[in-house]
Amino acid sequence: MTGPVASLNTAWFALIGVLWTGYFVLEGFDFGVGILSPLLAADDVDRRITLNAIGPFWDGNEVWLIVAGGATFAAFPTWYATMFSGFYLALFLILVALILRGAAFEYRARRDRLSWRRTWGAAHAVGSLLPAILWGVAFTDLVRGLDITKGPHYVGGFAGLVHPIALVGGVASLLVFSLHGAVFLSLKTTGELRRRARRAAALLAAPAFVAVAGLGAWTGVTIAGSSRPGALSGAVPAALVVVALLALGAGGLLIARGREGLAFGTTAVAIVALSAAAFAALFPRVMVSSVTARDSLTVWNAASAHETLLVMTVVAAIFTPFVLAYQAWTYWVFRQRLTRPPAGPGQTAGPSSPGGSPAAVQGDAAPAVPGPTSR
Amino acid sequence: MTELLDRWQFGVTIVYHFLFVPLTIGLGVLVAWMQTLAYRRKDADWDRLARFFGRLFLINFAMGVVTGIVQEFQFGMNWSNYSIFVGNIFGAPLAMEGLLAFFLESTFLGLWIFGRGRLSERVHLACIWLVAFGSTISALFILAANAWMQHPVGFRIVDHKALLTDIWAVFANSTLWEEFAHTVLAAFVTAAMVVVGVSAWQMLKRRDVRIFARAATLASGFAAVCLVATITTGDMQARLMDEQQPMKMAAAEALYNTASGASFSLLTIGNLSGQPIFQIRVPHLLSLIADLSYDGKVQGINQLQKAEAKKYGPGSYVPVIWLTYWSFRLMVGLGIVMLVVAAWTWWLSRKRSRWRLEDCRRTLWVLVACIVAPFAANTFGWLFTEMGRQPWIVYGLMKTSQAFSPTVGTGSVIGTLAGFTVLYSALGAVDVALMRRAARQSLDPPAGEEGAAGGGSGEEVAGLVY
Ligand code: HDD
Ligand code: HEM
Ligand code: HEM
Repeated sequence: MTGPVASLNTAWFALIGVLWTGYFVLEGFDFGVGILSPLLAADDVDRRITLNAIGPFWDGNEVWLIVAGGATFAAFPTWYATMFSGFYLALFLILVALILRGAAFEYRARRDRLSWRRTWGAAHAVGSLLPAILWGVAFTDLVRGLDITKGPHYVGGFAGLVHPIALVGGVASLLVFSLHGAVFLSLKTTGELRRRARRAAALLAAPAFVAVAGLGAWTGVTIAGSSRPGALSGAVPAALVVVALLALGAGGLLIARGREGLAFGTTAVAIVALSAAAFAALFPRVMVSSVTARDSLTVWNAASAHETLLVMTVVAAIFTPFVLAYQAWTYWVFRQRLTRPPAGPGQTAGPSSPGGSPAAVQGDAAPAVPGPTSR
Repeated sequence: MTELLDRWQFGVTIVYHFLFVPLTIGLGVLVAWMQTLAYRRKDADWDRLARFFGRLFLINFAMGVVTGIVQEFQFGMNWSNYSIFVGNIFGAPLAMEGLLAFFLESTFLGLWIFGRGRLSERVHLACIWLVAFGSTISALFILAANAWMQHPVGFRIVDHKALLTDIWAVFANSTLWEEFAHTVLAAFVTAAMVVVGVSAWQMLKRRDVRIFARAATLASGFAAVCLVATITTGDMQARLMDEQQPMKMAAAEALYNTASGASFSLLTIGNLSGQPIFQIRVPHLLSLIADLSYDGKVQGINQLQKAEAKKYGPGSYVPVIWLTYWSFRLMVGLGIVMLVVAAWTWWLSRKRSRWRLEDCRRTLWVLVACIVAPFAANTFGWLFTEMGRQPWIVYGLMKTSQAFSPTVGTGSVIGTLAGFTVLYSALGAVDVALMRRAARQSLDPPAGEEGAAGGGSGEEVAGLVY
């Protein structure tokens, strides 16, 4: 049941940690934008600008989740099976939310009836809000421990997931993602919308800080009292939570000073640190049994055999750099801010086509969206 | 009870996912092809067609994406015993699919949608080809997983788990390559029939007749070629199936007793228990399909049941006969009907043809009706493949009855099954309505002539896509 720390099992645990972290950093801001969009947009054009700000990225961001799921299935089948069947109803809610949200992106602007846009706009907002809360709940549950018995079977049901600490985790993730999204929007828009996004970020920073501090302290106390902690000293996750808090504090100050780029960096760091803290607190366990330590799933007893891990390592080593490169390139291609077209009926053109905006408006004197503007 | 509900849930969600997937795979290629013609020949008409069908592609793509996530999760949610048993092998292609295919598709689709006018024309064209390539290899990976369930290779069993011994064997699986060829060709057929059908509808309404006639020529020719190839690969699959899963072959034919020079029944009225009221049979054809020989021996259900019970222990090894029998026939029948229709359309639509396609109104109406045919054929094909494998979830290794999640209560499954069914029905209705709307719109004005009345959905803000 033990082995060298530097093994493929450990490497896959770390890689899955990286995938979830990437997912939270990337989809985190587009959840945040989705949640805040109805609150910050003054009208339908604003609403559309917010959705288009994340338009080129959201599906690529969501694939981080799909790969995290697939990698867990391949490298730790027992973890995948126990967690996904254990979190059954929570995952169902997340799936419904992601379905509504994905459909809303594509459908909302396809008709201009007010009721149509309202309905899909609401679907988009709810579809962003639910996962932003539920992922926080689920990861807090993983860290604090669950009713796992021999089998391995999670026997706590849905009620076993909605523990008070987990709810704090949900609030914390909601606030942090919203903050991250607000900063992203302030970075990608101009004018009035940008000002509103900045204000929202400044308002969200303090509550996010408090929620994360509370979550960190409460979880720390809970797991310190558990029968058998993880392999790393409790100081590691604690230090990571402190890093997250510092980053959130810095983010709040920076956004108040209008340093949007740097602020976005700090909120990203905060999410990385929090996610790393969760995985550090787990290691070498992947699901903590609060019944008996013996029934915890670990990187050893939940893993695939060596052959599978080896094959997957080779594949990941070859292809991950390409993925990172072209995803980074997309962010570079669409780095400009989206500018609101000047008001007036004359400014509307023909229907937007698949392939995107009509070529004619690109680089026009009256900058259409997305137009090259100063940062 | 839970097993049955889990199976219904899986069936509902995968059949739904696979309504969108073939169109994504095929239309990706066709749109890329049209955009290539526009680019190479500097032809504004092909550009307008690429944009028109690109819109259909995007509406459809969104549904493929959102229903796919459910697929990825539900093995763990509803089939945890299965996941633990096969994870070492089955998980690998799934993870590779995400890393190699989905990242590629989703990222370059974003670039394609938002990059028009921002990327150079060449790079923009490369983006759609990468999307098409990504969706095709996504099929390869997921089918590697599926083919392993049909015909497990490259493994050993340790502690009630299937462990990987040879990844090359998993990817060199004969079942995989035949399944892949047949499925991807069927996807091309699906998209080509949609393009032909939509073009026919536009011609019936006398809109941009000359331009849509070009789309119809291209797509009907492509459909006819791909249908010949689909039928050929399907026939190869049938022979492999006879070797690997003889029970499925016997069930497809409702052949109860082993026969040499077996005939093939085109149609049966009455029941399928061996004493039909009325049947049309083609002598020797079944032997030809299964064995490539006139007098080849095809095993019957009764003999196979005895043999399998002896090999695997007591129990029934017979799938649901009426379903396998009819789904197989409907797939094959629809394939042949589509081939006739597509070839006839292509013949009519050539420049040298004596008739003009746009004037053959009856043919055009048939083409509109034929839009549903490939979707039906795909669904019947999968129902046949998956139901014909029962009672096995992994052929010869694990039964479906052992596979589901022991900790998920019946109530939960009822709730999610109802939830998915309601959600999918509602989304399906919206999707069909939007597709119809998009298919009935006029072509966009040629690039550079913006402001000319677009037949679109009223006012749109320039540059905003979503
Ligand atoms: C446009 C769709 C389409 C058309 C026209 C056909 N098929 Fe098909 N068929 C499929 C779409 C499909 C599919 C949905 O894609 C399946 C399900 C699994 C697979 O590999 O492909 C399938 C499966 C499938 C199988 C089962 C393989 C197995 O279970 O191992 C056989 C034997 C055939 N097909 C044979 C044929 C033949 C002889 C056809 C001649 C007309 C034919 N198919 C036309
Ligand atoms: C996309 C095309 C597919 C369709 C339409 C399809 C359809 C179905 C259907 C209808 C069932 C239910 C059989 C039953 O209840 O007896 C089933 C079973 C199953 N299929 Fe497929 N299938 C497809 C592809 C796949 C692929 C690619 C995989 C593997 C990755 C897969 C894995 C399974 C599993 C695990 C089951 C077992 C659950 C069950 O028996 O209900 N299927 N499939
Ligand atoms: C049970 C098996 C299946 C699983 C687990 C699965 C998983 C997924 C997932 C997660 C997505 C969304 C990807 C995204 O967000 O971009 C998706 C979409 C897609 N799937 Fe499936 N799928 C299954 C069956 C199939 C089959 C049988 C095929 C093809 C033969 C297929 C081909 C595709 C394609 C082409 C898309 C298009 C959209 C995209 O990649 O985003 N899938 N699938």
